[in-house]
Amino acid sequence: MPLRTAFHRAAIAAVSIWATLLLAGASYGAESIEHEFSGSLDVDGRWYPQTGAHPEQRAHASGFAAEPKLHLKGEGDWSFTVAPFFRYDGADSRRTHADLREAYLLVFGEAGDGEWELRLGVDRVFWGVTESQHLVDIINQTDLVEHPNKESKLGQPMAHLTWSAEWGILEFFALTYHRARTYPGSHGRLRSSIIIDDEHVSYESAAKEWRVDLAARYSHSVGPFDFGLSVFDGTSRDPFIAPHIDERGALSLRQHYDKIRQFSLDAQLTVESWLLKLEALHREGARNLLGMKEDYAAFVMGGEYTFNSIFGSAADLGLLAEWNYDERRERSNSEFQNDLFYAVRLALNDTQSTEVIAGVLADADHTTRTLSIELKRRLSDQWSMKLEAIVLMDVEEEDIIYDTRRDSFVALNVTYNF
Amino acid sequence: MHAHLVRTALLLLAICSYILVHPQATPRAEGATPEEKGLQIARDTRERARGFDNFTAEQSMVLRNKHGQESRRQLRVKVLETDGGGNKSLFVFDRPRDVRGTALLVHTHKKKNDDQWLYLPALKRVKRISSSNQSGSFMGSEFAYEDMGTQEVEKFRYRYLRDEPCAKLTCTVVERYPTNKRSGYTRQIVWQDKGELRVWKVQYYDRKNAHLKTLTLAKYKLYLDKYWQAREMNMVNHLTGKSTVLSWNNYKFRTKLKASEFTRTGLKRVR
Repeated sequence: MPLRTAFHRAAIAAVSIWATLLLAGASYGAESIEHEFSGSLDVDGRWYPQTGAHPEQRAHASGFAAEPKLHLKGEGDWSFTVAPFFRYDGADSRRTHADLREAYLLVFGEAGDGEWELRLGVDRVFWGVTESQHLVDIINQTDLVEHPNKESKLGQPMAHLTWSAEWGILEFFALTYHRARTYPGSHGRLRSSIIIDDEHVSYESAAKEWRVDLAARYSHSVGPFDFGLSVFDGTSRDPFIAPHIDERGALSLRQHYDKIRQFSLDAQLTVESWLLKLEALHREGARNLLGMKEDYAAFVMGGEYTFNSIFGSAADLGLLAEWNYDERRERSNSEFQNDLFYAVRLALNDTQSTEVIAGVLADADHTTRTLSIELKRRLSDQWSMKLEAIVLMDVEEEDIIYDTRRDSFVALNVTYNF
Repeated sequence: MHAHLVRTALLLLAICSYILVHPQATPRAEGATPEEKGLQIARDTRERARGFDNFTAEQSMVLRNKHGQESRRQLRVKVLETDGGGNKSLFVFDRPRDVRGTALLVHTHKKKNDDQWLYLPALKRVKRISSSNQSGSFMGSEFAYEDMGTQEVEKFRYRYLRDEPCAKLTCTVVERYPTNKRSGYTRQIVWQDKGELRVWKVQYYDRKNAHLKTLTLAKYKLYLDKYWQAREMNMVNHLTGKSTVLSWNNYKFRTKLKASEFTRTGLKRVR
């Protein structure tokens, strides 16, 4: 299904669910249903000092985003949450998009010595512990047009059952619809030289995007040690990007999604001021950069150490280091095939919660260095801001991110939270 | 920002342990040394804070700088007493709005380090965080982390100084010395009334033994005929002229809290 159609459907679904719930709430005794309205409005601007490597790319992009959230809670143990998302971007029409981030019914209750919980609908699920990338996180598709850090995720339709007790947390997921990744359009930056087709998406599965993907996870916390073991069996969230030539001989790039099976581990040891972290996976059925199916293992390991009250001030200083490795190396379609990440996090602990994070991702196989610096500060009870710079340095032609070599940028976000 | 939230939450824990005191007086050892007498008062205070089972409350904080400029914090708190002598606590932040919905789960242990998990709603991520974060101010307020970590009896050495009148009551004045080497204080002086063991005032002395801060507690109310809770706490920093006022509202004891709310799964459900 074309992305745009999907977004429209999602947006229409959100509005209808919202309206239905409000009406239902009003007619069935609104006093018994508590509701809470929250969310954020964000204005952003991005400036790219270098002209784009590809024609049509803009030097500046600005726009806004809205993410309201309605939460309804009934008597007894149930609730319903709806959180649509909308972004307008003045430069890239592909980045102007809507999504239904969340729209789920949550019920829970006691089960023996523990409890059960069921979430039905569109939701977001996060797995993992590391900071430089979220390797094992697989339930939701990446909303890549939002930010190259891949932290924004598209809402995923699912049934999510949890059973937990003293022995840990056991979760089962049935993922009923596959979302294709979002990619920048021709005016956008941080893209491949040829834009990626967002209307023709192919699947290995005959059921295409309607294949039901399954996942399970066991997680537990034992003293200072937290870990999760997960398995995913279904259509990959990472596309293989395949060149396509149409009848008229025009070249385009298309997303193809294979069926994969992934086993993963994420673990953290928390001792005094140390956080030691590991994420590792084994994936079967995925295509490598050459288009061949190749089973592989990958990991991220590292840690963080925090110095508190540095130089007698209220500030905390954290040092982070992580090593990202993918055994396919030059055949990997991930930019984290063999990369070291170092960062410094300074939290001033002032009234405005001022925080600065500066880091470098250094590619051990290429000369590429990605510098990032982020400054976050609260302006008032409801307003906050973020200033960010990403600098791409010495990007080699052999590097998978070569097409984005001129896309260093400075961004400013001002957010109204309610 | 995470550190801020954690510290704010731990403050609340501390407050619970400060002010959950039992009205029955127990006999005090006569003829004991000042050290024994001070320790006995601390033990009595702890004994009287036990058995509340659970409570929920709302908390607001007003931070003032020396020019009188204010900023506010608001949170909801749930505390569950556990069999082993520790507590399980859940803190949900409402204001400032940029941290709305952020929540912290703390499993307090009597001897080993506390376990803490932070829930970040923007990413729906639960993060295990370090609990050894002992020093510094939180959220720019005048409370330091160590003012807040549970005031366990074992965390200080004590010395009884004197009895003296405080308002219409008689208070014991006890000096206590933090045993933690990371502490920012050489000593603290605590005023507690003799009948009900309510804490009315604490003076904090920094590493240079200068009088750094004073905490005063007010608006005590008796709950369940047993537990005294201060509903206002004012911390003044004498060196910077800044102050922080904490107010507690809407205390509810022995509510229908379930142990399953104080798990990592429950943490993801908070509003």
